[in-house]
Formats: sequence, structure tokens, C-alpha cells
Amino acid sequence: MATPQKEIRLLSTSAILGYGFPEASLQAGMAREPHVIGVDGGSVDPGPHYLGSGKPFCSSIAIRRDLRLMLNAAVRAGIPVVVGTSGGAGGAPHLALVAQMAREIAREDGLHFKMALIEAEQDKASVKRRIAAGRVKPLVHQPALTNAVVDRAERIVGMMGPEPFITALDNGAQVVLAGRASDPASWAAAATRAQLPPAPAWYAGKMLECGATPSIPKGHDCLFVTVREDHVECEPLNPARRCTPLSIANHSLHENSSPIHHIEPGGMLDTSDCRFDAVSDRAVRISGMRWTPADQYTVKLEGVELAGYRAICVCGTRDPLLIGRLDSFIESVRGEVATKAAAFGADPDTYQLGIRIYGRDGVMAEREPSRGQLSHELGFVIEVVSKQSQEMASAVLGMARTNMLHTDFPGRLCREGNMAFPFSPSDIEVGPVYRFSIYHVAELDDPSEPFPISYETV
Amino acid sequence: MALLKNVAKVCKSKNAGPFELTIDVVFEDADTYRRVAATGVLGPTLFARLYNVPEEHVLFTPYDAAFAFKATLPRLVAAGDFGDTDVYGCQQHAPLLDVDLPI
Repeated sequence: MATPQKEIRLLSTSAILGYGFPEASLQAGMAREPHVIGVDGGSVDPGPHYLGSGKPFCSSIAIRRDLRLMLNAAVRAGIPVVVGTSGGAGGAPHLALVAQMAREIAREDGLHFKMALIEAEQDKASVKRRIAAGRVKPLVHQPALTNAVVDRAERIVGMMGPEPFITALDNGAQVVLAGRASDPASWAAAATRAQLPPAPAWYAGKMLECGATPSIPKGHDCLFVTVREDHVECEPLNPARRCTPLSIANHSLHENSSPIHHIEPGGMLDTSDCRFDAVSDRAVRISGMRWTPADQYTVKLEGVELAGYRAICVCGTRDPLLIGRLDSFIESVRGEVATKAAAFGADPDTYQLGIRIYGRDGVMAEREPSRGQLSHELGFVIEVVSKQSQEMASAVLGMARTNMLHTDFPGRLCREGNMAFPFSPSDIEVGPVYRFSIYHVAELDDPSEPFPISYETV
Repeated sequence: MALLKNVAKVCKSKNAGPFELTIDVVFEDADTYRRVAATGVLGPTLFARLYNVPEEHVLFTPYDAAFAFKATLPRLVAAGDFGDTDVYGCQQHAPLLDVDLPI
């Protein structure tokens, strides 16, 4: 009798913890006895705000709903649950938020487990030591990292690979919550622990990190992946979806600069010779992936700094005479705002005034090829980012809003006002604004060194 | 002549990190993919012109296994910086839709 082929079965509930998934999909997956379930908790994609503010990307209410279902399913089945990039950005406050939720859910639902928390936030002194040792390198189009940039950063995280997850699971943690992690890392860890080779292990992670995204119709739902020695099989758990060779192949293109070379902390996943074969009308087998270990182990560093404080206002015009001389009108408004804001103490180099014009080039800006084709109505988002304070941002915005409404222009008939405002109050205080300031890689001798793990019994 | 929007199965854009935009055009089958590739229209020159970047900043990769072409190029503004219009970068594909593919 042939030895059964070594395999590990992995279940991802959705693309991000808090996106939601049908409970029936999770139940269907649990019936197939996965070895590990999990979910990716976040991404850099929603922009710099979440890392800077320490707030979660998905709402706490939505995260709690997903986490409750996952903890109950995994703990009752006696299998691990792994979450990477907890809370959206994977900094210390994000991880603390999700950890506290896990404790509360356990208490409410009578669950008991060993929990590992893997920190990814990097203290500034450690980053400076890495710079001094010459072990921090810039990524695409970025300048070299300096101590001054580190000092200005609001928060810095390192993006862990699979090694800290492996350690946590080896030490018997049933619930593993991690800070910022490479999206496939937790899955690659699970497959690596099952003695499977890195190429299918990482490929499985690439599929699982986005939940049912590699299936059609695309949606936030669960994906079931079986990893074996030389291939990976993907199948969505909702009968309304299916994976096809094309839907899987397309997913290789997702959010990566190259469709064939995927750089990960310890090496590179090469998908150029992948084969995609349907094994049923809803499951696909992928083979032919290769893994090239890197000469030097690296992890990405992500950091943001405070750019100022934002206030915005939404309005629109239906006046063809104004639309016909839009550029000179905007120029007059800018002139008025500069003068009047300076008079109350907002020097022009302390704030930025943006007037976004929807219906012209609001989506593509300078890359808009059709900006000459103006609509019968135009929408505006007026925005001020002040380096001084929220109060000053709101003051300058108020001045911009008033001048958009009342500034005269040649041939004007609409003498009572140029803009329709949909809301009262019209102005919205957005709060602190962050920008990405660190996007570099750090060379490591020990892949786990920047990612300390703590354990607790819940 | 055929417009890309009538021939492609997928035409999409997305961030590849906060500083780059990646654009994918995918075709239904190997035959269409090969015929489109043979026209030479989809290439770094086209993306450089449509997205107003130097050609050497366009990483263009055909991906035979997926019947797809991918171009990755710098964003105008980093995701979320002042002046960014599209934090996720997912609405930057439109200029490709009306590209003529002489297949």
C-alpha cells in the first residue's frame, strides 16, 4: 500500500480580519478538518493613517465578530488559529486591541487556550543601530534612511517572516496573534512546520492571504487550501464561488510589482513556470512554483510621520459660466485665501490648500487624458493640511470655503453664491495626517530577533 | 482593429506598495494573448506615454501562464500623501481601455 501523501490543510476566513465572511463557509471548511485556520489582519494598502494613529483599519465591532467565530471554531476543534498584521497595521496598539478582544471573547464564550503575541513594532534606538551597522537599505525610489527620519517617525514596524510564527506554534500556542507580518508568512509557517517545502508553502500563503479573492465571483469569504510536496490545491468553501485556472493565475498578479518574482523575507517565490489545472469545476491544482533562498535574510521596515492636520469640505457647481472659466476662478480663490489666511497668522508655507475637481481630474490628476471634457456639473473637495494645528487647518479651510462660495468672476449671474453645499456644517475636521516616511529593508542574522513573543494562558 | 476594453478579460490597477502602481491586462485564452502580444502595442512605451513616466521607470512583464501583461510604474504621489487622488490606486486603468489593438 502506498504511503499517504504528506499534506496540510489550511483555511483562511477572509482577506482581512473584520471584512466578514459567511458562517456557513467556515462550518463547511471545519467539516474538512483543516490543520490550521487563520486570517490576515491588515495591509499597508489603506494608507499611512492606521500605522500613524494606532487605530484599527476595520471597526472593532467587525473584527470582534470575525474573531469570535474563528476562536470558537479553532479552539473547539483543537487546532491553531493564526492572525498576521493584527488590527490593520500591526503596531503595538493594534496587536493590543486584538489581543484584548481575544481575552474578552474567551471569557464570554468559556474558551481556554495558550496565546502567543508576536510584537512587530520597532523602537527607534534599534532602527538607528541597524542604520549605523549599514544594515538598512532603501526600497524602490526611496532615499537612504537617516536618524533624523527615524526620530520624526510616529511609529515603525518590521514585517516578519514565518520564523516567529513557527516558534510560537512549536511552543504550543493555539492562538497566535502577530503584529506586522508578510501576508503569506503565517501560512508558510504552518506548511513549513508540516515538513513541506518552501515553494508550495509560500504559494499557499499567497492564495490564503486574500481569503476567497482568488475565486469567482470575487468576494470576502473563506478559502480552503491543501498543500502537498509539489503542488497546492485551492477551493472556495462557499458553493456560490469557484476557483478556475484563470482566476488563480490572475491572483498571482495581485499587488506585486512582478507577476513572476515575489520577494519574501527569506527568498523569492518564482511563479513563471506555474501550471494551473482544474481538479474539479471549482478546485484548482497549482504546480511548478520554485523557491530561491536569498543570500541575505531581510525584513521590510514601514514607518510614517506626522504631516499635519486636515480639514475638508464638499461642494458642487451647476453654473456653466463658472465651469467655463474654472482655472481663473480657482486662481482668484487661492489668491484671496492666501491674503486672508496670512492676516490671521497662517503663513503660506505652513499649510497646503487642495481643490480637487471631480468631473474633471479628481481621480487621475495629471494623468487624466480627458480633463478637457467637462461635465455640466462639477464636484469639489476643498482640503487644507496645516502643519500648525487642527484649529488652523479649520480656519484656513473656512476661508477657502467662503471664497469658493462668494468670489466674483467676470460674467457672473449667480450672484448669491457659486457653490451648492450638501451639508451643514459644511466643514469636516479630519484630524492628524500621516505620510509614509520609511519603506526600507533591514538585514537580519536572526529572522526572529526583532519580533519578541510573549505567551499567556487565557 | 479592436479596443482593449472589448478584447481583455481584466484591466485593473492597484498599489504595489505605497510608492508604485501596478497595472494588469489579462486575456481570456492563450490564442488572444498571443495575438495581442504579437501586435507589440502593449509594452513599456505605451505605459510610459499613458502614465507620463520615463520608459526606464516602467517594469513591463508578460506572464504567459496567466495570459497577462503587467506594468509597474511610480505613483505620482505616495499613497496617502497630500495630493494623492487614489489611496488604493485602483482607478488608474481607464486610459488603457480605448487603446487600439490591431489583432
